[in-house]
Amino acid sequence: MAAYVIRRVLANVLVFLLISVGIFVLVRLAPGDPVRMMVDPEQMRGGGAAFIEAKRHELGLDRPIFVQYGHWLSGALHGDLGYSYVGHRPVGAVLGERVGPTLQLMGAALAVALVVSVALGVAAAVRRNTAVDYGATVLGLAAVSVPPFFLGIVGIYVFSLQLGVLPSAGMTTPGGGGLVDQLRHLVLPGLILAFVTAGPFTRYVRGGLVDELGAEYVRTAEAKGASPARVVLRHALRNSLIPLITVVMYQIPQMLAGAVVIEQVFAWPGMGQLAVSSIGQHDYPVIVGFALYVAVLVLVCNLVADVLYAAVDPRVSLR
Amino acid sequence: MKAPHRKAAPPPRERPGNGPLLEIEDLVVDFATDDGAVRAVDGAGYAVMPGETLGVVGESGSGKSVTALSALGLIKPPGRVVSGRVVFDGTDLRTLPPRELRRLRGGRIAMIFQDPMTALNPVMSIGAQLREALRLHRPGMSRAAARKRAAELLTLVGVPGAERRLRQYPHEFSGGMRQRAMIAMAIANDPDLLIADEPTTALDVTVQAQVLDLLRLTRRETGAATVLITHDLGVVAELADRVVVMYAGRVVEHGPVAEIFGAPRHPYTRGLLESLPRLDGDADELTPIPGTPPAPGEAAPGCPFAPRCALARDRCRTERPELAPTGPGRASACHFHHELAEEKTA
Repeated sequence: MAAYVIRRVLANVLVFLLISVGIFVLVRLAPGDPVRMMVDPEQMRGGGAAFIEAKRHELGLDRPIFVQYGHWLSGALHGDLGYSYVGHRPVGAVLGERVGPTLQLMGAALAVALVVSVALGVAAAVRRNTAVDYGATVLGLAAVSVPPFFLGIVGIYVFSLQLGVLPSAGMTTPGGGGLVDQLRHLVLPGLILAFVTAGPFTRYVRGGLVDELGAEYVRTAEAKGASPARVVLRHALRNSLIPLITVVMYQIPQMLAGAVVIEQVFAWPGMGQLAVSSIGQHDYPVIVGFALYVAVLVLVCNLVADVLYAAVDPRVSLR
Repeated sequence: MKAPHRKAAPPPRERPGNGPLLEIEDLVVDFATDDGAVRAVDGAGYAVMPGETLGVVGESGSGKSVTALSALGLIKPPGRVVSGRVVFDGTDLRTLPPRELRRLRGGRIAMIFQDPMTALNPVMSIGAQLREALRLHRPGMSRAAARKRAAELLTLVGVPGAERRLRQYPHEFSGGMRQRAMIAMAIANDPDLLIADEPTTALDVTVQAQVLDLLRLTRRETGAATVLITHDLGVVAELADRVVVMYAGRVVEHGPVAEIFGAPRHPYTRGLLESLPRLDGDADELTPIPGTPPAPGEAAPGCPFAPRCALARDRCRTERPELAPTGPGRASACHFHHELAEEKTA
């Protein structure tokens, strides 16, 4: 197992290098020019061109792209991801202060989504073709069909504007604070992200459990005299949740995409908001840093999925 | 079964009035399909006496498994018991509350399933599954006692190295070993009735013989009556006292094994026997039964076997034959069973 993990991590380092090349090149291929973005139109008059050249040289953008990459990589290997063109602060620090809020949002949403989807999926599978089942199906479809930004706007309209019970933006009330205040800010964006995520989860839990309930070992458990609850929870559910590990671990990076939109709507000071603004400002180092963060998240989630799989299913052994 | 290794064979458990342990009467089971209900069991029934081994034979789809599952109340949608009586030791199982029924399942009535590859939970250790069987019916049993008993049971069914094996998972067991574990689970609570649904069908031939030996051993140890469902007449000949032959959801003949196999009084039974290779006969000449069984749901007014029967005549196609005695303790559902008897003596 340990040997397997080490080998996988080494393989992932190679993948990571390839991804970094791709991202580095793609970001620079995107239309637009970061230097022009920085320049005050006033300065463009007269000596503008010279100023731009000077700035470009200062940022190293006039050098061949592989030289730029080599420079960036040698820095990255020492933990230096460069400086934000906009904030003039280290990319690591800029990203670092955004990771916490996003993890908080995603973590809360994931926890709620898992609890709700397992409960709802089990209810739908056990009461197949009843109102519960159809209700779960409709909710699941709604979760994948309705765009999160729409849910966000409706949520703000209903709960913030009309009812006035929940805040509409930010992580805390400016100047205020406290745990309750933070939680109140988390409710709307967290629940919307949870709803969007729980939709597909519920379908997987239901489908998996329906399959397992038809398995012969379930009949064996019944023939042993196990109660219906025991048959479902102790026997069938455990087997049906194994494939869900893959689904969840695949979904976590996807959730980040959902978080980008939600953070934008709710002015949540997380990575998503940072990514959107950096792209708008052609802030190359930050964009590259963000993209690599996502890449690491995907690679780590895949690895965790494999390890968890082996831990839960005795038939799988990692060598 | 306090000390199964040493205990002498108990006598078959006597019931008051010497009545049957299990009695299934006029059982009708439908399966709902998209094209309407299909009748899987059409008025079948049999009785199992305490301690006896009853072989139930028939082709796939003859309703033999479904009939036996009704004894555990294990027929689930889309299957539905339409009518009939299932009486176990004086109790009508069809009207028994679910909680009471669960107490019987795995307790006084235990079941062994066909495919040990799929009938065991893949993510629970063999030990956990054995302990579950024990503790579901003995709420007071401690974990340690259950562990000890599980090891004893596994040893009893011939799995060597029980302590180590208990920690293993089904995929670490061979097919034969899994079936042994399955049998250990079934006899865990010293059942009065053991239903074995094709217990050897999914196994290699060499392993089949071992499992049959084991069934013989467990019968001796527990004194349990056994319903042995199989399509293998050889298995019935070896293990069963009496045999029930099923065809198209009905019982067509039943009686003591030696008598039925020696002198069948139903053309279907005879056809089954003739289609078997015999050591003393000409191995080149197997006589298959022509045609195929009716598809479930293909209801005809007369005898369901008539389209494949050499003896069939007009009466067979219009009038359904009922089971009629053909001798002491045996009966056949054929209008012309006398002719079979005469043929034999002629």
